[in-house]
Amino acid sequence: MRVPILKQGDYLIASVQDSLADADLLQLSENLLTQVGLFHSRGVIVDVTALDVMDSFACRALRSLASAIRFRGAETVIVGIQPEVAFAMVQLGLDLAGIRTALDVEEGLELLGNGKDG
Amino acid sequence: MAGELRISVRTDADIVTARQKGRVLAEPLGFRGSDLALIATAISEVARNIVVYAGCGEIILDVVRDGEREGIVVIARDEGPGIADVEKAMQDGYSTSKSLGLGLPGAKRMMDEFEIVSAVGKGTTITMRKWRRSHEDRPYRPAGT
Repeated sequence: MRVPILKQGDYLIASVQDSLADADLLQLSENLLTQVGLFHSRGVIVDVTALDVMDSFACRALRSLASAIRFRGAETVIVGIQPEVAFAMVQLGLDLAGIRTALDVEEGLELLGNGKDG
Repeated sequence: MAGELRISVRTDADIVTARQKGRVLAEPLGFRGSDLALIATAISEVARNIVVYAGCGEIILDVVRDGEREGIVVIARDEGPGIADVEKAMQDGYSTSKSLGLGLPGAKRMMDEFEIVSAVGKGTTITMRKWRRSHEDRPYRPAGT
């Protein structure tokens, strides 16, 4: 399943669908890395509102994605982690290791904008 | 009862199928949202173990009853290389692949019961159960969640 990537000003917004398989997540990383260069984006928002599971693979993939995006000169914010998903992630023992998170896309954009000003 | 569900697991897409079917089976039993996420995540971890270490195997899902209690049982079975040191595999952060090493110990934390039987060269069978909490401590679940 392809993850749609939206360009909004200096930022890219990727909205992940609920049935995301491992390969889709890796494909998304590749696409985002390319597009960050293409559009000279300053930040990337990955919206996981639709995800009902965030397992160890997904978490590791998002951590790698955020690190790689940082190497490309942009920042990543994960938004929309559902309360049940957050609870399950903690039980599993996962952490996002320094990736910034926000409640939704709007707050994610705000966070990226503030980072630029500061 | 619909009887057990068998999902053959070979690819990452099968992992998604297995956890979705687990959720569909558990939901009508009255598990609340956070428990459904725990069950789906635990299934995802044991199914991924099959794909990564054994190549193929199966996930079996069923409803379990024990007197008044009702729950879900998840069996992950493969005929892969087996786990040489089960005790080590159950430690957080231990992995023979590049993973985070949280899959099995994490799945154990997320479920109520967790048994693992593994023989080198023969394969691994993981059986996990989660019981629905009793009616009294089940909070009101708003519509649409």
